[in-house]
Amino acid sequence: MALTSDPPSAVPLTKDPEAAAPSPTPTTSSAPADLVVVPVRHPWRWVAVAATAVLLAQFAHGLITNPGWEWDVFAAFFTTETILRAVWVTLQLTFYGTALGFAIGIVLAFMRLSANPFLRSVAFAYIWAFRSIPLIVQLLFWFNLAYLYKELSIGIPFGPSFLSFDTMGLVGEMSAAVLGLALHQAAYAAEIVRGGVLAVDEGQSQAAASLGIPRLRQLRRIVLPQAMRSILPNAANEIISLFKGTSIVSVMAIGELFYQVQVVYGRNGRVVPLLMVATAWYVLLTTALSVVQHYVERHYAKGSAR
Amino acid sequence: MSSATTTVSAAVSETATAKVEIRSVHKNFGPLHVLRGIDLDVRAGEVTVVLGPSGSGKSTLLRTINHLEKVDSGTVSVDGTLVGYRRSGNRLYELRERDILKQRTRIGFVFQNFHLFPHLTVLENIVEAPVSALKRPRKEAEAAARKLLDRVGLADKAEAYPKQLSGGQQQRVAIARALALEPGLLLFDEPTSALDPELVGEVLDVIKDLAASGTTMIVVTHEIGFAREVADTVVFMDEGRIVEQGPPAEVLDSPRHERTRAFLSKVL
Ligand SMILES: Nc1ncnc2c1ncn2[C@@H]1O[C@H](COP(=O)(O)OP(=O)(O)OP(=O)(O)O)[C@@H](O)[C@H]1O
Ligand SMILES: [Mg+2]
Repeated sequence: MALTSDPPSAVPLTKDPEAAAPSPTPTTSSAPADLVVVPVRHPWRWVAVAATAVLLAQFAHGLITNPGWEWDVFAAFFTTETILRAVWVTLQLTFYGTALGFAIGIVLAFMRLSANPFLRSVAFAYIWAFRSIPLIVQLLFWFNLAYLYKELSIGIPFGPSFLSFDTMGLVGEMSAAVLGLALHQAAYAAEIVRGGVLAVDEGQSQAAASLGIPRLRQLRRIVLPQAMRSILPNAANEIISLFKGTSIVSVMAIGELFYQVQVVYGRNGRVVPLLMVATAWYVLLTTALSVVQHYVERHYAKGSAR
Repeated sequence: MSSATTTVSAAVSETATAKVEIRSVHKNFGPLHVLRGIDLDVRAGEVTVVLGPSGSGKSTLLRTINHLEKVDSGTVSVDGTLVGYRRSGNRLYELRERDILKQRTRIGFVFQNFHLFPHLTVLENIVEAPVSALKRPRKEAEAAARKLLDRVGLADKAEAYPKQLSGGQQQRVAIARALALEPGLLLFDEPTSALDPELVGEVLDVIKDLAASGTTMIVVTHEIGFAREVADTVVFMDEGRIVEQGPPAEVLDSPRHERTRAFLSKVL
């Protein structure tokens, strides 16, 4: 950098012979400020760029010219009411699944971190079970809950009950789906939250304890905000995969995005453009989630160097 | 520096200062017998410096005083009140966490590695405990915090985050944070061991000034010069026992025990 007064350009750190060859040998008369820095050339990189560009261009050309994509059909269905309503159902499933899943997950995480071996084992068993059972199997179980338990009641455990509900009436299709997604999600959320809490230096809670800060406040104000730094990227991954995972709910004939798209192409036979409708919505909303993630992460990065 | 810190005493002197009584305290970590019957009295307003080789149990002892570490047997009391337990007849009942936390607000603890809260500003670090543990109004706590910062010479750093400060500055903030609760007893666990040599002085100056103010203090340190200058009592620990204790002139200059002599010859 000190060799030139020009705006700093990419000065190669590597001593490439190619770079040394074309550079003029400095004569004793020229001042250091007059010396010109010549960066290393990377001819093969340009070849790779050109080849990739050609492939991309071909792909784009195909997307536009191949009539099989039927962009007119795509445009016609992208914002129809059926599709929009299905997008809304998908968003609801994601929102409730995430909220409930992380709520249960936080409880499980602290059970696993607890000093009580019983609570620890129960949480461990839960996580083990729900990570082992495929989501689709679980969903079908929930969907058939009414078959196992005809009615649900509230009362003294093993004793008389005060209130009972008809299971199918209470656990509607939508709630069964949310419950299935949330219980599945909770197992993963628990591990993510636990990992985040463990990543916070023990000295932090000791300092808080030595200052007499109340226990809940220690968690909320000192530990969790710092744990968020490592929780967030993983949580965002989970939310995004849950968002796309809602498509599994189509097996329960709930009108979310993927199910609705299948219904429509089942009727009109336009499979490819309708799959593109679903794809475009998934991509669009995942992008929105990533943007939100960026800002939330920035909020929790306060006071840190990275 | 000393002119900036002479006023720290003014901030603390109104606070009642506490005596400490430690009676046959034992502590095990699994098979490791770390404290093997510690008896120690610290009179109110006095400074006790604890010396000893690594692993001798100095930190563990300090941590039992504010119940960060539970004892296996024996008692610790601060100002006549048992720490962590309630006595009824011949039994000691462990206090609920909430009550232990309340007891800790009267005992300041300064860690070797500062343990400032990195996501909070300097001011928020200091204000957190007075607001949440003592229920002080935030405005009032902030005003008091700014005064404390001024007195440790960091008035202009209130809005900075800990990472933006030098080690010495961070430790001074940590001391201000402990002082914000106006404790009657201050515990320091090697407060200068994590600092670059040129930063040790600024932190020791603050501690010396607190000592002059008459707050009871127990300081674990390897700074022999500091012990000589500030301590009323020097305690030498080895293998979980107090080997000898007395005025600095006695323990540091004419130790009675071979182990003390061997240790001092290594640090001096
Ligand atoms: N939480 C713990 N679990 C198990 N062993 C521990 C724990 N804390 C301390 N020890 C052990 O207890 C002994 C005394 O530790 P302590 O930290 O009190 O020593 P120290 O005198 O402060 O030493 P140093 O000068 O190195 O800080 C050491 O052998 C240490 O390994
Ligand atoms: Mg120690």
